[in-house]
Amino acid sequence: MMTLRERALVSMQSVPSLPKHVRIQYDPVRHAFAVLSPEKVFWPNEISLDILRRCDGRSTVGHIIADLASDYDTDQEAVAADVIAFLREWSDKLLVKL
Amino acid sequence: MSEPFLPPIGMLAELTHRCPLQCPYCSNPLELLKANRELDTQTWLDLFSQAADLGVLQVHLSGGEPTLRRDLEQLIAGLSARGVYTNLITAGVGIAEGRIEAFAEAGLDHLQLSFQGARPATTDRIGNHGGSHEKKLETARRARAAGLPLTINAPIHRHNIEEVPEFIDLALSLGAERLEIANVQYAGWALANRDMLMPERAAVERQADIVAAAQERLAGVMNIDFVTPDYFAIYPKPCMGGWARDAFMVAPDGTVLPCHAAQTIPSLRFERFGERTLAEIWTDSPAFNAFRGTGWMQEPCRSCERREVDWGGCRCQAMAIAGDAAATDPACIKSPIHNHMAILIDAALAQAAPEGAESFIFRRIGATTRPDKSA
Repeated sequence: MMTLRERALVSMQSVPSLPKHVRIQYDPVRHAFAVLSPEKVFWPNEISLDILRRCDGRSTVGHIIADLASDYDTDQEAVAADVIAFLREWSDKLLVKL
Repeated sequence: MSEPFLPPIGMLAELTHRCPLQCPYCSNPLELLKANRELDTQTWLDLFSQAADLGVLQVHLSGGEPTLRRDLEQLIAGLSARGVYTNLITAGVGIAEGRIEAFAEAGLDHLQLSFQGARPATTDRIGNHGGSHEKKLETARRARAAGLPLTINAPIHRHNIEEVPEFIDLALSLGAERLEIANVQYAGWALANRDMLMPERAAVERQADIVAAAQERLAGVMNIDFVTPDYFAIYPKPCMGGWARDAFMVAPDGTVLPCHAAQTIPSLRFERFGERTLAEIWTDSPAFNAFRGTGWMQEPCRSCERREVDWGGCRCQAMAIAGDAAATDPACIKSPIHNHMAILIDAALAQAAPEGAESFIFRRIGATTRPDKSA
């Protein structure tokens, strides 16, 4: 008997990754990165891409926030809310695994 | 027409019209092609390669039943080598041992499995194939064991609309990431069987509430996509995301079409892959350009603020009901004949046979000649 999947909640300790049915791919025709999923193709903006690329199954949400804050030269609190909201939305659509 | 056009993103490849099931709402045309009309392996591979060059990112491998093609593994591998996202759309009946694993190894990204009912008796009756439900359950288990992401597709109509809560439970129990509750669209075989498939109004309303509640309850657990029934709608769907805008389909013989039912528009002529390249057909085919963009629109579409939201709706539905492929989709409340939809619903319900006594025209070669359903 299969155990049912449960809704995952984002915490600083979560380790996000892309599920098997989702992948990021550069599209040479449109010169942009696409996120491919079963029925939909997404065209994430630069910040979304930076978050998704860090969903590598090794980095914690806390680490991703610190890393992005350093890259964007801004404080972590400013980044944290956006990253958490993004991951919650993508996790609820099963596009990111927590 | 001067709209700039975009490269296509998606392609539906109907590899074959052969199928073990006989669903009376099949989206294939009434005139089904036999196996000897199908493209060979190399031609499909060439077509897929041209599609990737053109910008196609996703290919939906469909039919008929695509697993009846013995070269399916090879076709998946060809697409995968080009980085194209592959989605296999299958009825999941009679797939030989080891093949699902072979599809996964060839690089298949996702599998979509149809269930005609949530109950075995419904599945077996609608597909006109005894024992099919059990085979589908087995296909789902094998797909999960092979590590394939899974969508359950449930085509909804009068005879299974009350099973929607059971479809949700079924998809959950099979570990699906996604469930499509897809109300039958009245084109192809579904148009021929419309009177028998039309659901009751109250059932449609109940269904909408059940799906909305489940979507909220199952956020992060399972995605539920809801394809609402056109005849009960206020606004039309942006059919195919707009005619020839970002997707197209290819029939088993290589005929390249803007949508499933495009061949029901008698004024259009369609071209076959091989006679011309895919790029030439996509950009130059008169049939593709006939309803591309907004330049072809008449009123009320032409000045409507939603013209680039729903792109006028479905051209084939306009043809079938308004008798004019360039008319506003009658599903739209702004269509001068929108009230025909209600009349067609009432007419269908008045003729509905009692449960079990309906006489579907089952989908099979030679089952019907083109019926006259224009209203």
